[in-house]
Amino acid sequence: MNIDDDAPLLTVNGVGKRYGNRIGCADVSFDLWPGEVLAIVGESGSGKTTLLNCLSTRLEPDAGSICYRTRGGEMRDVYQMREAERRFLMRTDWGFVHQNPADGLRMTVSAGANVGERLMAVGERHYGDIRGKAIDWLGRVEIASDRVDDQPRAFSGGMRQRLQIARNLVTHPRLVFMDEPTGGLDVSVQARLLDLLRSLVAELGLSAIVVTHDLAVARLISHRMMVMKDGRVIEHGLTDRVLDDPHAPYTQLLVSSILQV
Amino acid sequence: MTASNNLTHEGAPTMAGATYNFAYLDEQTKRMIRRAILKAIAIPGYQVPFASREMPMPYGWGTGGVQVTASIIGPDDVLKVIDQGADDTTNAVSIRAFFQKVANVAVTTRTHEATIIQTRHRIPETPLKSGQVLVYQVPIPEPLRFLEPRETETRTMHALEEYGLMHVKLYEDIARHGYIAKTYAYPVKVEDRYVMDPSPIPKFDNPKMHMSEALQLFGAGREKRIYAIPPHTKVVSLDFEDHPFEVQKFSEPCAICGSRGIYLDEVILDDRGGHMFVCSDTDFCEEQRNEH
Repeated sequence: MNIDDDAPLLTVNGVGKRYGNRIGCADVSFDLWPGEVLAIVGESGSGKTTLLNCLSTRLEPDAGSICYRTRGGEMRDVYQMREAERRFLMRTDWGFVHQNPADGLRMTVSAGANVGERLMAVGERHYGDIRGKAIDWLGRVEIASDRVDDQPRAFSGGMRQRLQIARNLVTHPRLVFMDEPTGGLDVSVQARLLDLLRSLVAELGLSAIVVTHDLAVARLISHRMMVMKDGRVIEHGLTDRVLDDPHAPYTQLLVSSILQV
Repeated sequence: MTASNNLTHEGAPTMAGATYNFAYLDEQTKRMIRRAILKAIAIPGYQVPFASREMPMPYGWGTGGVQVTASIIGPDDVLKVIDQGADDTTNAVSIRAFFQKVANVAVTTRTHEATIIQTRHRIPETPLKSGQVLVYQVPIPEPLRFLEPRETETRTMHALEEYGLMHVKLYEDIARHGYIAKTYAYPVKVEDRYVMDPSPIPKFDNPKMHMSEALQLFGAGREKRIYAIPPHTKVVSLDFEDHPFEVQKFSEPCAICGSRGIYLDEVILDDRGGHMFVCSDTDFCEEQRNEH
């Protein structure tokens, strides 16, 4: 705990994005605190991914502001930063885990180079050190060290996803965006990945924004959640509260539609 | 009647029967290319786009280099053209003949006599002097191309000096081979700013680019880019702290002239494994033989 924990890490105010006449997302406001995991849930087309892309500077919103507290303690509007600063932030302080690992990895270079890329991007020029850190991070995401020179193409879906996570965490980011991180994985692999994510988040004190349509995933890893429908946030609260005592009719429908095995 | 009979050296086509201008390109095109060259010299290592023209040769045969040479050549210039270090290979012979015909300039194979040297794959062994211009033919000017296919993205990376990816390539080489296995087109950083592809010269020649007294111009015809290294410019080959840049070393001397410490070509002599190593720079080899 330090004094910084009293201030939000990310402040989102009235963010909206339209695609022509259609609403991508509208009027989204929230604060994200250090060490907090926020889940954004909702059905397909509800604007989850649009919102995530707006937040992570991958898609410029039409309205609202997104302010991020830098390591210097300064609140900065991410869209007012120079492109160089923003890209630097993206590859040091932030991480982005794609649903499809192939989008977030370089499929034609080895696992070690994938993990080491961010280190080299911030100026590390010692091969032995970079490789050592890559092997260390592969271990932390449960990939055997003898796979360090294999290309991600030779990895299973679950391993690729874990590699993508390692690649993002190697620079010790403070904020990680995840777009359906467990999508496309079978349930047992999903469970292990969630376990891993949960322990990494706790261990590193990460903040994360996780987009998912899977309420079970949200329940397991998030502290708070936002429910979206038709581009708007219809309910927002602590995860357990939202799932156990949903207020909005749509959330009630969503919760009741979980298949009980 | 040969075409050169109808050409003047002042750069203006004669009225009667002239089919092209001095040095083939029209004056407007030359001005456009010279502007690109000036910009390239002003920003060492930066790739300047230019409106590359169709030349009477296929892409990949040096259309970029020929356009640069055509734009800078004057009637008093002495031209040398090398291909793989040799003056007598097809490409070198035909480009030399081309400029003899369309510009009526003096040509030479002697490195020290030439004012303009157009090259593919080599920097001459004889150190270049102030006042000489080395024109490279470049197939792919973008050093990041095979790592990042999007041109918009590579331009942003150059603009923001994001060169981590280049080291990913070198990392990958060491991981796979135990050393940096790239032997040609070895990426360099120019004047601490732009990462540049030195065209497919052997990395043996990379140190010669550093603080060179001659002006170095690079022309990529198909990719429509010109870049430059002005004289006395810092050129550093990329490497890792624990895997420093090294040039090729040859254990034996040239089989013809006996020189050491120069770049050698392997020549296969028969189908029973017979081979010898000879100077890749034919002019240098000849000079050495004449001296001894």
